[in-house]
Amino acid sequence: MKIAVCIKRAADMETRFKIAPSGTSVDETGVKFDIADFDGFAVEAALQIKEKEGAGEVTVISLGADAVQETLRKALSMGADKAVHLKADAVPADALAIARVLAAELETGGYDLMLFGRMAIDAANQSVGPMAAELLGVPCVTAASQLTIANGKGTARRELEGASEVLEFPLPAVVTIDEGIARPRLPSLKGIMAAKKKPLEVKPVQAGESRVTVIKMELPPERTGGRIIGEGPDAVPELVRLLQTEAKVL
Amino acid sequence: MANTFAFVESRGGELRRVGLEAVTAARRLADATGGGEVHALVMGAPGIAAKAETIGAHGADVVEVVEHAGLALYSPEVIAATAAARIGAASYRVAFFSASAQGRDLAPRVAAKVGASLGADATSFEAAGDAIVVRHPVNTGKVIATLSISGSPVILSLRPGAVTATKTPRTARVESIAPAMDPSAARVVPKELVAGNSAKLDLGEAPVIVSGGRGLRAPENFKLVEDLAAAFGNAAVGATRAVTDDGWRPHTDQIGQTGRLVSPDLYVACGISGAIQHLAGMRTSKTIVAINKDREAPIFKIADYGVVGDVLEVLPVLTEAVRKAKQSH
Ligand SMILES: Cc1cc2nc3c(=O)[nH]c(=O)nc-3n(C[C@H](O)[C@H](O)[C@H](O)COP(=O)(O)OP(=O)(O)OC[C@H]3O[C@@H](n4cnc5c(N)ncnc54)[C@H](O)[C@@H]3O)c2cc1C
Ligand SMILES: Nc1ncnc2c1ncn2[C@@H]1O[C@H](COP(=O)(O)O)[C@@H](O)[C@H]1O
Repeated sequence: MKIAVCIKRAADMETRFKIAPSGTSVDETGVKFDIADFDGFAVEAALQIKEKEGAGEVTVISLGADAVQETLRKALSMGADKAVHLKADAVPADALAIARVLAAELETGGYDLMLFGRMAIDAANQSVGPMAAELLGVPCVTAASQLTIANGKGTARRELEGASEVLEFPLPAVVTIDEGIARPRLPSLKGIMAAKKKPLEVKPVQAGESRVTVIKMELPPERTGGRIIGEGPDAVPELVRLLQTEAKVL
Repeated sequence: MANTFAFVESRGGELRRVGLEAVTAARRLADATGGGEVHALVMGAPGIAAKAETIGAHGADVVEVVEHAGLALYSPEVIAATAAARIGAASYRVAFFSASAQGRDLAPRVAAKVGASLGADATSFEAAGDAIVVRHPVNTGKVIATLSISGSPVILSLRPGAVTATKTPRTARVESIAPAMDPSAARVVPKELVAGNSAKLDLGEAPVIVSGGRGLRAPENFKLVEDLAAAFGNAAVGATRAVTDDGWRPHTDQIGQTGRLVSPDLYVACGISGAIQHLAGMRTSKTIVAINKDREAPIFKIADYGVVGDVLEVLPVLTEAVRKAKQSH
């Protein structure tokens, strides 16, 4: 089974974000970056499917500037076999523009399964995976929290509001991975050494026109909060009073 | 004058509130940009046509209804193909979807099919010249992006609750149409809809969320959380990853960076430390109450009302008090 996983380099979400002087991006000084959360789950899911099948190849693909090679190496050190760096100066804000570049690369690979994160933890569009599937004309299930692949067919479960649904689909297919499938493994020392020798191919690409432009980035208003109103069950009457008269939610 | 499109989400033959929010949003945009009609599309098993009146009452001029026995469950390929065909056949300026579980699956498929740009998970929207400007929380809500989206049409998925579903007296023309593909030809086949804890309200829609963490000590103590939710009457139950990982609660209940993003009117955090990844999912709640025995717990930094104490002792007393307060209304 040939599996591709599209992974994005994203800021660590524990960062105290600052806005860059331009006002249209986040200041990256001192910010730690890693594989975006859900994309890490997708890499782990791919490795587990390969291990279960006992054979296969996992290719990780990332679009971005040179720094994404570090992200790709991390996935290789987890156990992916090959990496492709789609080299561009920046990642467009337009999900469809990203999907077009990734789909063009995926199309050439003859993959049975193409995994994405449910969403990029930074851009949070939750769109690139299903868009790429449409462009490739292959079946797609999004936000899978369970996935089984057997005999050229997949079964996935996805969580809805207050319910979940089960879908079946033939391969090749695109699946976007939610939390719940697999927690990403930490690279072993051996894995880190092995990753240095694994192939990482660099392909310059031209992302097409972006019809989405960032006109402003800002921090949301700080929550004031931080008020302790009392201790133990004795605080309940005061709490209820505040909920009724001040917050007006009761 | 351009018309506006709205996809009306349904599940199990019932309209979902987010579907009516999409219609309301379309009406609002149409009115703000000089009129034009709102065309709504609703799809489901036979019987869904009975909902056309409600859709009209929320501002649609035309309700296109697709009824098919193969649409009892959400069939992504059939619905995306049909929505794309409707949008492609007219010149809408904006097509609204919901940023719900279903809408976030559907809207990108449709956008790719019609070659349109998507403004995903918008918390606000407005027309600005030829472009549509939206706000969209990024980086787990720690940064808010304002985006300008050009091209026509623009597809938007609206965050649940971003607009309030509102009635505007109107009688819609109802048109019955066929799905753009035969459901039996779909490659992705919906097999089953597994209901959650049925009586409970949904996390995305409930005005109140009572959430529990490891501080509850044992899975059976979640009964105390459920009791408080029941006392409010309009509450859903949430959880932290610590407890969904341990299997105390289903993964669907998880709130946070890798779980659900919620912003209810009231969020009651019970025995939750307030890890940054949990806050990412609930910090935009209007009012936050925290009950924790550790005065230094980070949750208190963002709580409007903090109670230092043992949840197992505080919850039963609070539940009783809330029940009384509700009764006296
Ligand atoms: C990549 C990543 C993603 C994550 N995503 C999420 C996510 O989406 N959602 C999420 O919730 N977490 C997430 N986490 C986990 C998160 O970091 C925390 O581990 C988790 O939120 C802690 O849950 P908790 O508050 O229930 O448990 P704890 O942190 O163990 O806190 C328990 C709290 O209960 C209090 N307590 C104990 N006993 C009592 C008592 N009797 N009465 C009152 N209080 C009591 C304690 O003082 C403590 O503050 C993620 C972590 C990572 C690394
Ligand atoms: N620059 C990128 N390189 C590789 N994969 C990406 C990139 N951007 C997005 N993706 C993939 O698309 C998914 C959804 O992204 P988004 O639609 O932006 O939330 C991510 O989880 C990744 O799997």
